[in-house]
Amino acid sequence: MNWHKIYGLSLRHVYLIKGSFPRILDLIYWPSIQVFLWGFISEFFTLSSSYYSNTVGVILTAAILYDFLFRSSISYNMMFLEEIWSRNFTNLFIAPIKISEIIAALTMTAIFRTLIGLVPAVLLAIPLFGVSIFKLGFPLIFLLIALYIFGISLGLLVTAGLLRFGPSFENIAWASLFFLAPLGCIYYPVEILPNTLQIIAKGLPLVHIFEEMRNILINQTVNNLEIFKSILISFVYFAFGVIVFYTAYYGAKIKGTLINIGE
Amino acid sequence: MNIEVRNLTKKFKNYLAVNNINFTLESGKTLGLLGPNGCGKTTSIGMMLGVITPSGGEVLINDQNVNSANHNDLLSKMNFASPYIELPKKLTVSQNLEVYGRLYGVKDLKNRIIEISDDLNLNNFLNKQTGELSSGQKNRVSLAKSLINKPDILFLDEPTASLDPDIGDFVREYIEIYKSKNQITILLASHNMKEVERLCDTVIMMKEGQIVDRGTCKELVNKHGRNNLEDTFLQIARNKNELA
Repeated sequence: MNWHKIYGLSLRHVYLIKGSFPRILDLIYWPSIQVFLWGFISEFFTLSSSYYSNTVGVILTAAILYDFLFRSSISYNMMFLEEIWSRNFTNLFIAPIKISEIIAALTMTAIFRTLIGLVPAVLLAIPLFGVSIFKLGFPLIFLLIALYIFGISLGLLVTAGLLRFGPSFENIAWASLFFLAPLGCIYYPVEILPNTLQIIAKGLPLVHIFEEMRNILINQTVNNLEIFKSILISFVYFAFGVIVFYTAYYGAKIKGTLINIGE
Repeated sequence: MNIEVRNLTKKFKNYLAVNNINFTLESGKTLGLLGPNGCGKTTSIGMMLGVITPSGGEVLINDQNVNSANHNDLLSKMNFASPYIELPKKLTVSQNLEVYGRLYGVKDLKNRIIEISDDLNLNNFLNKQTGELSSGQKNRVSLAKSLINKPDILFLDEPTASLDPDIGDFVREYIEIYKSKNQITILLASHNMKEVERLCDTVIMMKEGQIVDRGTCKELVNKHGRNNLEDTFLQIARNKNELA
């Protein structure tokens, strides 16, 4: 991989964000709104639910982590969509850049976009609701890694769809994470789900991530195996995403969509 | 660098976009690819650039298949400009040139941007967003992007479409000068016959995915007994029996 090229492609997205105040505002706005919304819901649940009675902020922490996943995936999709919307797609694919370098550049730049939104939201939650995701301690890093890898994997699958089917796949890009949210057990324990769905849910890293988050906050213990499982499963999805993306790329070359996508 | 196209064919489902075309473009020469809309010019260029997989045949760049393992090495020596594809609109001209300079691995990029900006008179709007430019300015920026890596092979798809005569002439003159200075191989798809007569050494006429005629502009005009290339083009495009 050529890091200069990866940097060059990342720079394209950094310049785009830097030069557009509405884009920065948009990145910050939604995570901050989430903090307000779930902050108040969290406070209400803390008062009304015995499950959460001794643990302030479980729901808000879950909301922030879920937003991190959502933003990383959407950031990835958005950067790809920006190329389609700006009709720059062909220029990109005739440049001497490998698919692996495009994936690397998008993956690296997505974290930049995600953090622009997430950092203010995390910092807002501390004074407003007395909730800090940093209470998760050192395991937080690994949970964020698992979420990010999974978010990028979903981004890869959606962008593969955009490559293969063109801009009409855009709506799927926006809806992709909502499909998985019910099975992710973000706000409730996995036991709530019917048995069959529990089996499917455990095939997603989200269950392991959010169960572990609750375990750390409620029981004050760390289950390293769950964290390891969440990262491992995320990497399996990532590998799958890369394969699907490459397949879509070669399919798009056969279909001829790389030269007229967006038209 | 030379291009050799052998039995190149592209079929999209039941539609035969390019039907077994063959030609060679020698290093340093300019070839005009002419034909009515939908005759397969852009698809052929797409296959030569490696972004469309041929259904049959092959494209050889300096005897190497464009879809071979060193695809990226070949791409770094080629470039493409078309008014139908654009650069990111929210980036300034200078940012766009920097990004593409990096993607093409251009050495001494800062000086290359200064050089190409001087050549194509981009300095007055180098820090303006590309989306805010007039079509003439955008066109020159697109040309600058296509020359940022000093390509050995340049693909131009209607480079002066929608330009006023003055800017169109500026672009044609620039390509002419650049070509003579750099011995670049150019494949030009155009509907502007005067442009083709001015810039191209040889011409290929395409129709319904096939090559129906080829030669120098003069040869084609004489062969079809017309006064100029435009009339020749019209005759070939309208003659239903040409493919027989």
